Amino acid sequence: MVSRPKIEDLGGDKYKYGFTTDIEADMVPCGLSEDIIRLISAKKNEPEWLLERRLKAYRHWLTMSEPHWAKLKYDAVDFQKLSYYAAPKQKIHPQSLKDVDEKLLETYNKLGIPLKEQEALAGVVAVDAVFDSVSVATTYRAKLAEQGIIFCSISEAVQNHPDLVQKYLGSVVPYTDNFYACLNSAVFTDGSFVYIPKGVKAPMELSTYFRINAQNTGQFERTLIVAEDDSYVSYLEGCTAPQRDENQLHAAIVEIVVMNNAEVKYSTVQNWYPGDKDGNGGVYNFVTKRAACRGINSKISWTQVETGSAVTWKYPSCILQGDNSVGEFYSVAITNNRQQADTGTKMIHLGKNTRSKIISKGISAGFSNQTYRGLVDIAVGAKNARNYSQCDSLLIGSTCGSHTVPYIRNRNKSAVLEHEATTSKISAEQLFYCQQRGIKEEEAVGLIVNGFCKEVMQKLPMEFAIEAGKLINISLEGSVG
Amino acid sequence: MTPKLLEIKDLSAGIAEGGKEIIKHLNLTINAGETHAIMGPNGAGKSTLSYVLTGKPDYIVTGGSMYFCGHDLTALKPEERAALGIFLSMQAPVEIPGVSTQNFLKHSVNAVRKYNNLPELDAAEFLKLLRSKAKEFEVSTDMLKREINVGFSGGEKKRMEILQLSLLQPKLAILDEADSGLDIDALKIVANGVNQWHTADNALLIITHHLDLLRQIKPDFVHIYADGHIIKTGDMTLAEELETSGYKNYLEASI
Repeated sequence: MVSRPKIEDLGGDKYKYGFTTDIEADMVPCGLSEDIIRLISAKKNEPEWLLERRLKAYRHWLTMSEPHWAKLKYDAVDFQKLSYYAAPKQKIHPQSLKDVDEKLLETYNKLGIPLKEQEALAGVVAVDAVFDSVSVATTYRAKLAEQGIIFCSISEAVQNHPDLVQKYLGSVVPYTDNFYACLNSAVFTDGSFVYIPKGVKAPMELSTYFRINAQNTGQFERTLIVAEDDSYVSYLEGCTAPQRDENQLHAAIVEIVVMNNAEVKYSTVQNWYPGDKDGNGGVYNFVTKRAACRGINSKISWTQVETGSAVTWKYPSCILQGDNSVGEFYSVAITNNRQQADTGTKMIHLGKNTRSKIISKGISAGFSNQTYRGLVDIAVGAKNARNYSQCDSLLIGSTCGSHTVPYIRNRNKSAVLEHEATTSKISAEQLFYCQQRGIKEEEAVGLIVNGFCKEVMQKLPMEFAIEAGKLINISLEGSVG
Repeated sequence: MTPKLLEIKDLSAGIAEGGKEIIKHLNLTINAGETHAIMGPNGAGKSTLSYVLTGKPDYIVTGGSMYFCGHDLTALKPEERAALGIFLSMQAPVEIPGVSTQNFLKHSVNAVRKYNNLPELDAAEFLKLLRSKAKEFEVSTDMLKREINVGFSGGEKKRMEILQLSLLQPKLAILDEADSGLDIDALKIVANGVNQWHTADNALLIITHHLDLLRQIKPDFVHIYADGHIIKTGDMTLAEELETSGYKNYLEASI
């Protein structure tokens, strides 16, 4: 009979985006102090109020300690060994796309994110490209500005729209929120800013593409999205990093404010470098994402496909403050080899008739470990709140782990809460059945996994969904023996 | 001369883990156009034979040889054997949640076509083919949309297996208790499907306990299989005899 390789011999090591861009970087010295924060703030030519906020966050951070409640094991991060600012040196500050350094354009091309604008607008996506600590280009700004939509880097927003930034920044995730959010509030460098005015539906998908390039750098990006009354935007986020032996730190904050009758769809395909098959290197992804549905009938929908990172700590959450507001969380998390993920969501029901839905699909392979951790919190005043949660886990092989930790806190008797959870395993019988019908083992795994997370994939914008489907197959390469 | 499809010589095989031998020095040759039936007491290793032929990873060949159309089967993966034309209708087809029957069948048909250097069928072509087959096996459109084998009744599962036989058009079909749990009407559908597929160019190996299916498919050879090999070969009259007197006489004689 054909000899079968063991699962552990087949660890996938096929990260496609592991290349490095050879571009000179302007980096601040390693280490964290008030002086470093002043230096970053000065480099960005920031107003005094922002520097004050940073310093306040930093002082608070010094009193905090790293959280250890997640089911994650990793070497402690030495925050003094990181550089908190790295920017590719460009000849001049790019005013338009034609001024952007060739090497950067090339990098994004290689990543499949062409930074160019087409005449026809059908099916296009506006992109903000963030490279290490700075935004290097934002496309379709003029087109979007015609409708009053602001889409730019957060640094530019600080300069050009200080009132909006001052009003909303930190209003959803205060700097005291948690250890990593606090650190981000002190040292954040760049990210995207989106403002959709009243009554406007964004005519195209907006997206940010994050790339960590420089060595020993932390990426602390900050994204702020504000959707005024009756507006709509669909926003996509993608991320990759070079293949490096040491761990890289990524601690971001995403804040979303949704007003009356407005809707925001936020989709992420997270593909940070996961480390090699023995667990060396890879990105530590410690992220705080939160949306506040402040208006009545407002809606936020998070969709995430998490395939990358060595360690993921991430709980995109919804504060359902406005009456009748709706929060949704659709997640596919895949871990292979030695990856670890502790991810889920928080649904905080404050308003009346608020509804939330959680669909989480976790797939574990190799020696990886994964935890779904979620909170459904019904406040006293959240009359007739409803939640439906479904957490499904799929195991491939017998050396991985999957855990589900749902927290429910209900303080209103009229609430209706449902929770369903399943754990299944791709069995040898299923694989043999597929093979007996001519389907190769890896194709069979892809078929079963894609079927398993179909419900979530359908929520992604079309083109993104195709990419994400392929990514799932790549992430699981070599996961069966 | 009829072409040899399957040639098993002095084959011994067992469970990979622990090495327990189940097939012992088995010889069997199947030519194109023939129908063979294997009957035998429970635990004789009949299903094991079907798994060893199709390459199920839990089993290991310890001696002898098996060739299919000139290919050494021991060197081929299960999907390669399938693509070469060995089909196994399983005794208990496994459920695969999340994968629609229609999607599964399309992947299967195209995987086999690809292996044989045939152009893959596009969605429309495949659907046309599938619809005609579905009608033949009284499989509803609704059933094609359901997850494969999930919540299917025993009869539905068996009909689905024969529908796949008909879609894939293999050279050798092994039916492992394709008749178990079927009512008279379902049995007729299965038998008709098999008979329609069966020509002078392909062959059939039926593993069964019952005569109902054999009466409708009519084997050329009936083998009594015990203790890992064939102890007696005859024709349909042997099967009829077994039904009245059981295996007892033959088992005692073989010791």
